[in-house]
Amino acid sequence: MVELIPPHTNFDFVGIRKPMLVLSLVLNALSLALLLLWGPKLGIDFAGGSLVQVRFTEPTKTDAIRQALTGIESGPLDIQDLGAAGTEFLIRVPLSEQNAEGVNRRLTGALAEKFGQDKVQVLRVEAVGPRVGQDLRRKAILAVAVATLMMATYISLRFEWRFGVGAAIALIHDVLIAVGALILCGFEFDLIVVPALLTVVGYSVHDTVIVSDRIRENRRKDRRASLATIINRSINETLSRSILTSGTAVLVVLALFILGGPVLHGFAFTLLIGFIVGTYSSIFIASPVVLYFERGAMPATSDRRAGRAASAGAARRT
Amino acid sequence: MNKSSLMYRTILVVGLTAIAVLCLLPTIWQPLPSWLGFLSGNRVSLGLDLQGGTHLVLTVDIDQAVVNSLEINADELRRELRKAGVKATKIERLDQTTLAVALPNDQRDKLTDLVGQSFPNFKVGAAETTSEGMLVQRLSLLPEEVRRIKQSALDQSLETIRNRIDQFGVTEPVIQRQGDRDIVIQLPGIQDPERAKELIGKTAVLSFKLVRDANAEPFAKGTQPVPAGTEVLYELSKGPGGERRKGQPLLVETSTLMTGDVVSDARVRPGDLPSSRIVALDLNARGARLFEEITAANVNRRLAIVLDDTIYSAPVIKERIPGGRAVISGSFTTDEARDLAIVLRTGALPAPVTVSEERTVGPTLGEDSIRQGVRSFVVGGTLVILFMLFYYRFAGLLADLALIWNVLFLVAALAAFQATLTLPGIAGIVLTLGMAVDANVLINERIREELRNGKSARAAIEAGYERALPSILDSNTTTFLSGVILFQFGTGPIKGFAVTLCIGIVSSLFTAVVGTRLIWDYMLSRRHIQTLSV
Repeated sequence: MVELIPPHTNFDFVGIRKPMLVLSLVLNALSLALLLLWGPKLGIDFAGGSLVQVRFTEPTKTDAIRQALTGIESGPLDIQDLGAAGTEFLIRVPLSEQNAEGVNRRLTGALAEKFGQDKVQVLRVEAVGPRVGQDLRRKAILAVAVATLMMATYISLRFEWRFGVGAAIALIHDVLIAVGALILCGFEFDLIVVPALLTVVGYSVHDTVIVSDRIRENRRKDRRASLATIINRSINETLSRSILTSGTAVLVVLALFILGGPVLHGFAFTLLIGFIVGTYSSIFIASPVVLYFERGAMPATSDRRAGRAASAGAARRT
Repeated sequence: MNKSSLMYRTILVVGLTAIAVLCLLPTIWQPLPSWLGFLSGNRVSLGLDLQGGTHLVLTVDIDQAVVNSLEINADELRRELRKAGVKATKIERLDQTTLAVALPNDQRDKLTDLVGQSFPNFKVGAAETTSEGMLVQRLSLLPEEVRRIKQSALDQSLETIRNRIDQFGVTEPVIQRQGDRDIVIQLPGIQDPERAKELIGKTAVLSFKLVRDANAEPFAKGTQPVPAGTEVLYELSKGPGGERRKGQPLLVETSTLMTGDVVSDARVRPGDLPSSRIVALDLNARGARLFEEITAANVNRRLAIVLDDTIYSAPVIKERIPGGRAVISGSFTTDEARDLAIVLRTGALPAPVTVSEERTVGPTLGEDSIRQGVRSFVVGGTLVILFMLFYYRFAGLLADLALIWNVLFLVAALAAFQATLTLPGIAGIVLTLGMAVDANVLINERIREELRNGKSARAAIEAGYERALPSILDSNTTTFLSGVILFQFGTGPIKGFAVTLCIGIVSSLFTAVVGTRLIWDYMLSRRHIQTLSV
């Protein structure tokens, strides 16, 4: 039998919740700082503007394209090499008042003129007006907010309110770090990132629920043990499942990231970070945080005792 | 575990699998043999991002439609007041819905009577007296009339655009309203999206106006003031590459002699040059009479045929033209003449439209996306399958079976609902592969635990499934909920992702929990099993 985590493993997750909480707080603060100070790089879906994806028959330089397009558009052009041996490029034109219509035709016309009609092929054209962009932005934020609220409500109904709060904290933690990672790595926020973030929301709670379920079950079985002991035991018992499931999820997301093409890049990256952080938070954050809601924060000494009790509890069971 | 429960579950699983295979037939077996004809139509169709095509969101300027309507009403009111002998000095539009009528103080009652009788859509508002002893009476459109105008502007635009697209010839277009001012248009597999966009989005207000002065350069440059009752419009001209340009300016009279609503038909005809085309117009009875009068009264003058403020042609009227036929000549290509004929036949849009969103995917990129999607599906799926097999042995094999089963159900459900498969949808399927095994992981871990606690094989399986179930249900509910929210939020491709995610969750619950359990139970009923390969 292959075993990732040997049975009766008993890490003291509850005992190290303080340093982990500090780590998470730092990561979240960094993400928040990135979000507020640096700001997300909004794609045309949210910011408005145009985008043309072109393929050349021969390898071409970004500079040559820029040269061909100078004087065509007034705004700053963003030309991105998509890495297909210098033959595929993404050209983005920000939204501006005077060139709202026909940007794409002008761009492709200028490229055809410079490189030859049969040397350049337009793969994709997207244009989003300011009203639509604003609308999508509002809807995206609303969707993530509603999802978070619904998850917290669901958990509070199915479990105790404390677990609902714990799940919500873990959830915001996961989404915030995923957003921070996207900004840090220079990914663009476009429409496809929204389903990824919502999946992270779902997955984060999914993971937390598994642990919470086990906590509830163990509390019924053992009424005498302290909550800290129960939480620690439950996390340990579900540990191999947590790692296995996030492992398979990460496997397929990696496949999407590497093989899924440029359109799915941001999507797969968001999921990759979200799944990893989601698993981490369901172990180190979601349930341990619940302890802070037990009649005020527990003093540090009883903490250590709780950890020892947890080990003892696990030992007794064997 | 009694025998009959096993039988019922077997029937359920086999039955559902058979239905799933049936649902998939129209998608994978083409053409479908006639005895399976009842299944046809229910197949997975590819989204625009996979098969190539154009997705457009057009925004109808419904506020402009209200303004247009108000101005038409103002014209009518002016006529009616004149008829009634009221000397209104001025009728002005104040804002989107309000007119200001200036008239002598003592004639206010006549105005309110007239409005009450003939203009039921107006509300008589506040009045004020000017220093010259005139009364300025405000009239405003009733809110429900404003709503009706906006509504009908959208309806009419939708209808006109639908007609244009039908005549343009696109297979399986989707034309839908969205919200109170948008029209969503999907044109699969279209070759020249720019041309389609121009055709669909053209306001196409046709008007016939007399030319006052062919040499309008000084007016256009602003060196001479434009005389009252005239305006400067430009002739259509073409650059060397065939692109449209502003041509010669002409000074034309502002008043329109005839509009496009008298056009009953428009057709493409060969022009003077072998390659050039003209558009021949057939006018209805009223138009024919009007056109004859206009031409009779203005022999030797030039008549400008204006479409959306651009002069398409401005021929000299040589003689009176009876019979209701007119011609728009110009150096049109066949395509241009055809598109022009379509917009003239289908009539003008009630208000201008703008393209607020466009997403065009060429067929090459669509094929690339399918290839990339399929490749990540195969690689991701294989990795998960191998991993489960390696880790759980026989139980892993069952989980893998459940996984493949799940994909079968998922795609069958997509076909049955005639859902559209998009690139995010494919990503959703790939993701389901990775997340759906969670149920079996939970169950198998639980079985291992129960075995460690000294339970027998049968008891361990029973306890494993039973104890894992609440966790599986609770956790999947949350992912399902986020899928539902996503569907609410979703536009096009993203909805595709939400749908696959949600269906994948439901079907994975069935295959992972009911399906694999059935196989265990069969094995337990046949043989006395001592050890489990979990």
